[in-house]
Amino acid sequence: MRQQIPLLITFIVGTLLIVSVFIPPFGDLETTFNIWFDIIAVFAFFLGGGNLLRVHINKLRKRKRDWGFSIVTIVGFLVMLIAGLFKIGNPGDIASAVDAPGSLFYDIFNSVQYPLSATMYSLLAFFVASASYRAFRAKNREATLLLIAAFIILLGRTPFGVMLTYWVPDSTSLLQIPNLAIWIMNSPNLAGQRAIMIGIGLGVISMSLRLILGIERSYLGGDK
Amino acid sequence: MKHRFLIVGLLLLFGLSSVWAQTEPPVVDSMVVDSTELFPAAVSDVQVVDKPNDHGHAVIVTWETSADDGGGKNNVLRYEIFYSTSFDGPFDSVGAVPAGTGEFRHIGSKEPLDSAFVPDYTDLFYQIDAVTADPTIRTTSDVLGPVQCSGQWFNTGRIPVLVAVLIFGLLTAFFVLSAKRGKKLYVRPIGGIEAVDDAIGRATEMGRPILYVLGLGSAADVATIASFTILGRVAKRVAEYQTELIVPTYDPIVMSVAQEVVKSSYFDAGRPEDFKEDCVHFVTQSQFAYVAAVNGIMLRELPATCVYMGKFFAESLLLAETGSLAGSIQISGTDEIAQIPFFIVACDYTLIGEELYAASAYLGREPKLLGSLKAQDWAKAAFVALAIVGLLAANFEWFEFTTLFQVID
Repeated sequence: MRQQIPLLITFIVGTLLIVSVFIPPFGDLETTFNIWFDIIAVFAFFLGGGNLLRVHINKLRKRKRDWGFSIVTIVGFLVMLIAGLFKIGNPGDIASAVDAPGSLFYDIFNSVQYPLSATMYSLLAFFVASASYRAFRAKNREATLLLIAAFIILLGRTPFGVMLTYWVPDSTSLLQIPNLAIWIMNSPNLAGQRAIMIGIGLGVISMSLRLILGIERSYLGGDK
Repeated sequence: MKHRFLIVGLLLLFGLSSVWAQTEPPVVDSMVVDSTELFPAAVSDVQVVDKPNDHGHAVIVTWETSADDGGGKNNVLRYEIFYSTSFDGPFDSVGAVPAGTGEFRHIGSKEPLDSAFVPDYTDLFYQIDAVTADPTIRTTSDVLGPVQCSGQWFNTGRIPVLVAVLIFGLLTAFFVLSAKRGKKLYVRPIGGIEAVDDAIGRATEMGRPILYVLGLGSAADVATIASFTILGRVAKRVAEYQTELIVPTYDPIVMSVAQEVVKSSYFDAGRPEDFKEDCVHFVTQSQFAYVAAVNGIMLRELPATCVYMGKFFAESLLLAETGSLAGSIQISGTDEIAQIPFFIVACDYTLIGEELYAASAYLGREPKLLGSLKAQDWAKAAFVALAIVGLLAANFEWFEFTTLFQVID
């Protein structure tokens, strides 16, 4: 029974949404269902916050390894929660936005969370460099092809690439490095991407059919 | 002395010219005449029709642009469209389009209390103004109409999609039934999926945990649902091998579903007592804070295996490179095309695109699931064949064939 009802709901909602694509009067169903999903999702935030507190308080209580980080997490969570709930320092009234400029919530978010996120994101530059180094080592034929293509594209997007082959006559302009880079991106690369996209589209339809028909049900958990 | 005469002469010249300029009334008259000539020509050949394949409350207005739009006086800046439910007005503005445009879609609201409401089965009349840079200088077209809009019960513009879905559905049904009857179905091997068992075995031998990341998708994303099914299989093996599993989640709903999936897998493996609810936990809904937390887990716990399945964005390489630094075997799968190259570079095995959706069926080895997988492969073969025929048709200008697949919205 615990599986039958969700399966029935999945079948009805899935079928209705497929039908709505072809029947214009049902065209707004997707928006309606999305609103319902958002309403349910609001309640899940309590679940998430509760879980976060429980996991870290347990860790703290049992003095598990690295329990000090849990103190930082709990304090950070509670400070932001209180700053947001009671709108501390908020220049507006009770109806004003929780993240109004000048509020404690806004200040902490912009002074702590925002720069920390930017720092994490900026690490990407170094990781791209290290990953590229590993990928572009010409270990086999495919890696060599990748290396050559990457080299042409990198060169084609710099003034040096333009300078190197500006003398190539217009009749063979494809051989100019910037044009070659554009060709690689627009032809072989785009063709590969589209092939993957067609595969993904079919995969999504197949997965959706399995879910709607109840063939795939492992996401529901067990009956126990 | 000569200079003085020159300066006095120039001053006299300026003085006389200014007097002459002020005593030149015909110029003012001609300016008045010119301003009336600035009015642009009206639009022509206006047609108003009900918008097809919709739920009603919408009209398409088309026209031939003014003769002074891109030619003639070349002073048309935009076209403003007005509508009324009466021939005599009053007419309300419903929108504007820039010069050079010959079509406007008046999509109204279907809610009667909405100010943008457009009634169905009611006579509607339209007027189009060709407007210049000075909004007061404009030319209004004749009143056009009546036209009535109405809804349709079927969107004929999407017939090709319906046919494709029906064919695919029938193929799936055929292969699922064949598999149920006991027919052996060959499914091509997928390296990344076959590596899952080895990776779990490695973690057991090393006595280190397995990290499973579901990505940043919500529980409504198909990629996340596919990831749940793979998590179920992984968790079952983990329970059998008595290895530790860590599942940090980004979304509270995803966390709840993942907890249920892992719990049921431990039950299925006959080891419910080994299930620890905290192994699936919520981290945060901030993208880079989530990355920082998961990277921290990787560097502290040093998992033997990291599995990334689901929707990933800018964090894909940050996670995979950190996993690589931690010395983990890494298996990834996503349907985000922009992230696939990052995973291919940084992970040991990557499920590309639709392989992510195939993984659950492949791991389960249930005939019904394999049947749908087989249908997917056949549909892919059909698409390849159609793409080749389409390429030839487009090159040989066989447009009857190419228009067969046109979807009109």
